Amino acid sequence: MLATLVVVFREAIEAALIIAIVMGASRGIPGRGRWVLAGIALGAVGAGLVALFADALSNAFSGSGQPLFDAGILLAAVGMLAWHNIWMSSHGRAMAAEVREVGKAVQGGGRPLTALMVICLVAIMREGSEVVLFLWAIATGGGGGWGMVAGGFVGLACGVLLGVFIYRGLLKIPMRHFFTVTGWLVLLIAAGLAAQAASFLNQAGLLPALGNSLWDSSRLLDQGSLAGQMLHVLVGYTARPSGIQLLFYGLTLVAIFVPMQLMARRHHDHGRGHKR
Amino acid sequence: MSLPRLTLFLASALLAASAFGATPDTPLTLDIKDRGFVPQELPLPAGVKVELIIRNQDALPAEFESYDLSREIVVPAHGQVKVYIGPLDAGRYRFFNDFYQSAEGWVVVAATGK
Repeated sequence: MLATLVVVFREAIEAALIIAIVMGASRGIPGRGRWVLAGIALGAVGAGLVALFADALSNAFSGSGQPLFDAGILLAAVGMLAWHNIWMSSHGRAMAAEVREVGKAVQGGGRPLTALMVICLVAIMREGSEVVLFLWAIATGGGGGWGMVAGGFVGLACGVLLGVFIYRGLLKIPMRHFFTVTGWLVLLIAAGLAAQAASFLNQAGLLPALGNSLWDSSRLLDQGSLAGQMLHVLVGYTARPSGIQLLFYGLTLVAIFVPMQLMARRHHDHGRGHKR
Repeated sequence: MSLPRLTLFLASALLAASAFGATPDTPLTLDIKDRGFVPQELPLPAGVKVELIIRNQDALPAEFESYDLSREIVVPAHGQVKVYIGPLDAGRYRFFNDFYQSAEGWVVVAATGK
């Protein structure tokens, strides 16, 4: 039971962290709760499907189907995080004002609600499919039964609890700085996911490593430890990164940060003339 | 706004980089048996990229994972998958079965006499 609890908790943490931060970052956008829930539900269905068709997925592209699929959905999530952050950089100020005056709907077309859904979907689908396969491995390995079910539920509950805890913590940040903080969190998560995608593409033989283990900080902070794993999700911490991972990390930071700054500046200049 | 542009950028970067994906020599194989790895130590030459075929002999799914190598791939029951590893410097790189964490193994890269 304990083994199941630990594994399910570890997988749940990753999804919970991302969803908690997305929930924080989208604070004040009307309808976001429904879209996030839809993402979670679709992600759960997707996780089941990925686990069910794990065989076909693995056999695709002569044995590289899985890393290619992972890289694809990770890059989709990176794109969605980018869209969200760039949108927020021009609406964040108005949103912060309106969150303070509760009840007012945020104006402005093209709210990134689909982005929220896709990000949650990807987070749940990736971690969820591993949980399903893991539980299947335990069940068929003779370790099933109530211990496994209980372990799974407790592990999941702990993960959800951690997510709620982090979300509540985020809400304590003063409104003045709130979207700046969540913006940075989203930016770093996106860069970390892009680095993961790079590693999957390298694993599939599509990208060069550009040097393996550029440094080794595994003695300092083991990537398998709880802290290492949380930092892996939050800022893309990798104990022994390859060159291609760093390259993707840096490029993603720049590719999101620069348009964010441009949009913020444009909106700022715009806002001087007529206050929204 | 920059979503399509970003996608385009990443796609072209991928395409350009795929030219680098040179095919290495003969693939190595690693078996998963009773959730563990056979062999437990996989010798690898330094400085080359190798193709590794991982075959799962069990009726249970397994996950080949390594923090040292940044590799992570589910190996379905009775299935086989392919991963590329390297080029690596001399050293020992740990991998494990994420679905049965006491099962571990090492990629061992011997130092070449320089």
